[in-house]
Amino acid sequence: MADYHWPPTDKCSLIGRRISRLDGPWKSSGRIKYSYDVNRPNMLHGKMVFSPYAHAKVVSIDTSAAEKMPGVKAVEIITEPGKEVFWAGHEVVAVAAETEEQARDAARRIQVRYEKLPHLVSDVSPEKAGEHTKQLAEQTDGNPDQAFQQAEVISEGEYGVPVITHCCLEAHGQVAEWDGDNLTIYASTQNVSGIPGEIVRAKIADSADKVRVLTPVMGGGFGSKFGADTWGLACARLAKKAGRPVKMMLERDQELMAAGARPSMYARVKVGAKKDGTLMGWTSESWGTGGPDAQGGAPSIPYVVRIPDRRVRHTTVLTNIGPARAWRAPNHPQMCLITMSALDDLAAKLGMDPVEMLQKNIQMTGQLAKTYSAELEKAAELMDWKKKCHPRGDKTPGPIKKGLGVSIHTWGGAGHASNCNCTIQPDGSVSASLGSQDLGTGTRTVIGIITAETMGLPLEAVNVNIGDSKYPPDGASGGSTTVGGVSSSTRRAATAALNQLLEKVAPSLDAKPEELEAVEGKIRVKGNPGRAISWKQACAKLGTTPITGVGQRQRGNDDLISSGVGGAQMAEVSVDTETGLVHVDKMVAVQDCGLIIDLKTAESQVYGACIMGITYSLFEHKIMDEQTGRCLNADLEFYKLAGIGDFGEIVVHMMTGTGYDERGVIGLGEPPVISPGAAISNAVANAIGVRVPTLPLTPDKVLVALEKGAVA
Amino acid sequence: MAKLEHPKDSEPKSESPKSPGLGRRDFVKLVGGTGVAATAQVLAGHQLPAAATTVPEEVVGSGKVIGPGPVPMTLRINGQAKKLTVEPRVTLLDALRNHLDLTGAKKVCDRGTCGACTIIVNGKPTYSCSVLAIEVADRDGKPGAEIRTIEGLVPEGKLHPVSGSFVENDAQQCGFCTPGFVMSCTAYLETHRSPTIEEVKQALGGNLCRCGTYIGVRNAVVDAAMSMKGGRA
Repeated sequence: MADYHWPPTDKCSLIGRRISRLDGPWKSSGRIKYSYDVNRPNMLHGKMVFSPYAHAKVVSIDTSAAEKMPGVKAVEIITEPGKEVFWAGHEVVAVAAETEEQARDAARRIQVRYEKLPHLVSDVSPEKAGEHTKQLAEQTDGNPDQAFQQAEVISEGEYGVPVITHCCLEAHGQVAEWDGDNLTIYASTQNVSGIPGEIVRAKIADSADKVRVLTPVMGGGFGSKFGADTWGLACARLAKKAGRPVKMMLERDQELMAAGARPSMYARVKVGAKKDGTLMGWTSESWGTGGPDAQGGAPSIPYVVRIPDRRVRHTTVLTNIGPARAWRAPNHPQMCLITMSALDDLAAKLGMDPVEMLQKNIQMTGQLAKTYSAELEKAAELMDWKKKCHPRGDKTPGPIKKGLGVSIHTWGGAGHASNCNCTIQPDGSVSASLGSQDLGTGTRTVIGIITAETMGLPLEAVNVNIGDSKYPPDGASGGSTTVGGVSSSTRRAATAALNQLLEKVAPSLDAKPEELEAVEGKIRVKGNPGRAISWKQACAKLGTTPITGVGQRQRGNDDLISSGVGGAQMAEVSVDTETGLVHVDKMVAVQDCGLIIDLKTAESQVYGACIMGITYSLFEHKIMDEQTGRCLNADLEFYKLAGIGDFGEIVVHMMTGTGYDERGVIGLGEPPVISPGAAISNAVANAIGVRVPTLPLTPDKVLVALEKGAVA
Repeated sequence: MAKLEHPKDSEPKSESPKSPGLGRRDFVKLVGGTGVAATAQVLAGHQLPAAATTVPEEVVGSGKVIGPGPVPMTLRINGQAKKLTVEPRVTLLDALRNHLDLTGAKKVCDRGTCGACTIIVNGKPTYSCSVLAIEVADRDGKPGAEIRTIEGLVPEGKLHPVSGSFVENDAQQCGFCTPGFVMSCTAYLETHRSPTIEEVKQALGGNLCRCGTYIGVRNAVVDAAMSMKGGRA
C-alpha cells in the first residue's frame, strides 16, 4: 500500500521543482472569466450610493426619482434611515439597471439626507483623540526598570506605520443569479466554502445547499475578501427583486474607501543594551487605529526578539478612516517596523553592526534561533553586507547616500481545515476536488502537483477542481493557512484513492497491494520494474465504477504539515538628499517555509511580497482630510503602487533541504511581506544618518528628517 | 542577452488614437479654438440623460448630431466588423466588456493610470478606458480604427509567445493585470525587437500590478522578444 507520508525530496519527480502555474495560460491569454468578467444573459448592472461623510446618521432616503430613471429595475437600501455610517464611502443604497451607465445615473438621483456627526480621521496621537480611545493592553514581564539600570546604552525613538488599503486590482464584488430558490454567486472571494452560510444567516436563501459560490480565479484579496459583504447581500437581493442576474463590482474610489483599511500602529519605544550589544529591557507606549470599532488588537512587541524584561501599553484610537480588515500578515509589518527600527537605532548608538546585534541576541528569538542565524548569514552573503556596510550616515561626498538595512520576521502558517475528494476514473483520468480557492498564490498548482506525484503521473494527467462551493468544504484563504490545509487533505485523498486502485490491480500482477507502487505512469512491483502495467490498463480494471479517496487535514497535529517560519531580509537603498527620493537598489529575502511543493510559485510569493513591501514602505498611505473626513487619494493616481521600474534587483533564497523539508508544508503568503518596511527604513537611516520615523518614506518626510538631524 | 539594435525611445502611450476620433490634443485644440460651447457639447454625454435630452450631443467636427441615447456603431475588432448600439459616452473598455463580452481587457482604475485595460489601437498600446467607443467607430463611411484585443492575438486554445513567456516566467499571480501587461508588451515588441531590462522598465511603466509580479514580467518580456524575433507572431 502507498504511504501517505511525503516521499523523500530526492525521490520526488514534481514536488520541490520549479513548475509553471496550471492556470497561467488561462490568465495570460485573457480567456478566463473573473467575477468582474462574468456576463450572464439578461444581466443587470448594480451601483451603490455611498456616504460622503465620515460619520453621519442616515435621516431619510428618497429613491422615487431614481426608480423612474431609464433602465432601472430594482433598488435596495443597505443602511436604513436611523442607522449610522462610519466612514466616507460607507455603502447606503444600491440600484440595478440595464446598463452600467444607467445604474450610475440612477445612483446619483437617489436622495439621501444625513445628519452629520463628529468624526475623527487622525490617528497620529492618542492624546489628541480624547475620548475616542480605548486602552487595549498593559503588561509587564520581568523587571524592566532594573534592566534599564543595568543597561549601558539606552535608545529612545518614535516609529509608525499609517493606515493603508488593500487596493485589490479586481474590485470587491460579484454577480448574483437566481434560478427559482437557488442562488449562484460568482464572487471575488477568499472564502468560497464560507459564503453560502453567510447568505443563509442574512435570510436571503433558506438553505446553504441552495447557494452556490463560483470563484475559478480571483483578482487579489490580501485579507480583504473573506465575507459576502453588504454589497454581496444587496446584490443577491437586487437580483431577487428584479428577477434577473445582477453584477455589482465596486468602483475604484469605493474600493479604496470602503473595502479595507489596514490598521495603523505607532509607538514610543525605549530599549537598552550592554556595551557588547546584549539587549536589556524594553518599554513601549503604542497606539493605532483599527477603525471605528477598535479592530486589529494590541501588538506583541518587541517582535521576534523577545527581550525578557519589558513593559508595554497599547491604546486603540477609534477613527472614521475606514473599515479595518486583515491585510497580509495582520499586525506583523507594523510590529516589525517598530521593533526592528528601535533595535537598529540602538545598534547605531552602540556603533554596532545591526546584523551582529541580531546574531548576538539570537537566542531571544526562541525556537527558530538557528534558522534566523543561518538566514542572516545567507542574506549577508547575498547582499555582500560585510563589504558594503558602513556606520550610520554615508560619508561619501555628493547628494546620493547609500545605506543597508536588515530585519527578521516570523509567521505561523499552520494549515486550515481542508477536505479533498480524489477520484480515479476507469478511463484513467484523475481529479482532486476541494472547495478551496486560488488567490494567485498557486493553490491550484500545488494540489495538482501533490495529486500527480502521489499517482506517479505527469501534472497534465490530473484535473484540479476548486473554486466551487459544491466541492468538499475548505477553509478561507487567509493567514497563509491554505497551502498546509490543501496539501495534507490532497495527499491523504490521493493516497487513499491510489490504495483502492492498488488493491484492484494486485491480483493481475500476482502481488500483494503493499508490494506495488505508482511511478512513471505505471503500477509496478517495487524493485521489479518488469512486472508492471500502464496506468490506463490498471484503471481499466475498475470496470464501470470510479473510485474516490477521501482526505482530511488531521485535527490538531498533522504530520504532513507544520507551522512557524523565520525569514531575514536586507535592503540596500540610495537616497537623494537634495530631493528626498528613496530608491531601493537591491533587496535580499531569505525565507523558510518547510517543505516546498512548487519552488517557482513559492519564489514568486517572495518576490511579490518584497515588491508589495517596497510599495508600502515608499508610497502607500490612505490620506485623510481632517475637515471633511474624506479620503484624498481614493484613486490610482495618488494612491501610489510601485511600477516595474521603481526598484532595482531582488534576490530570493528559499531555505530547503535537511532541517527544513522534513517539517512538512508551511504557509508562505504572509511572512515575506513583513520585513520590507523595517529593512528599508533601516537602510534609509543608515544612508542619511537620521531616522525617518514613519512609513511611507516619502521625499517630504526624508527632507524633514534631514533638517531635524542637521539641527540636532 | 546580446543587444542587436538600439531601440528608439519608447513612445508614450496614446490615450486615444490619432485618427479617426478625437485625440486629447485635438480635444484641447478644439476647446481652445471654439470656446466653451464646444466643451459643453462634448461633455454633455457625461451628464444625466434627463438633463442632457434637451442638449443633443454633437460629434465635434462632423456636424452630425447624435446621442445622448444609444446609437448604432461599428467597431473593427480583431479583424471583424462588430455592430453594437451604445450611448456615445460609453468607453471603448465598457463597450468591449459589457456589450461584446471581450473581457480580457480589465477595468481597474477606469481613468488611465493602471494599464489593465490596455489594448492595441492602430498599432499603439492604448488605455481603452480613456477612449470613447464612438471615437474609434466607423464614421462617414470610413472604417474606424483597427482594434486588437488580447482575444485576437491568437485563436482560442493557442498561446501567443508573449502569453507563453508570462507563464514560463511566472509573471502573474492573481492575473488581473496580466492581459494589460501582455498587450503592452506585445505592442512594444512589435516595434522594439531586442529590449534590455532597463528598456522594459520604461516600456511597461504604464501598467501596474498589486501582487508584485514585476520581476517575472521583466524576464518574460526579454524572453518573449527572443521567441518573437521578426515582429508579430
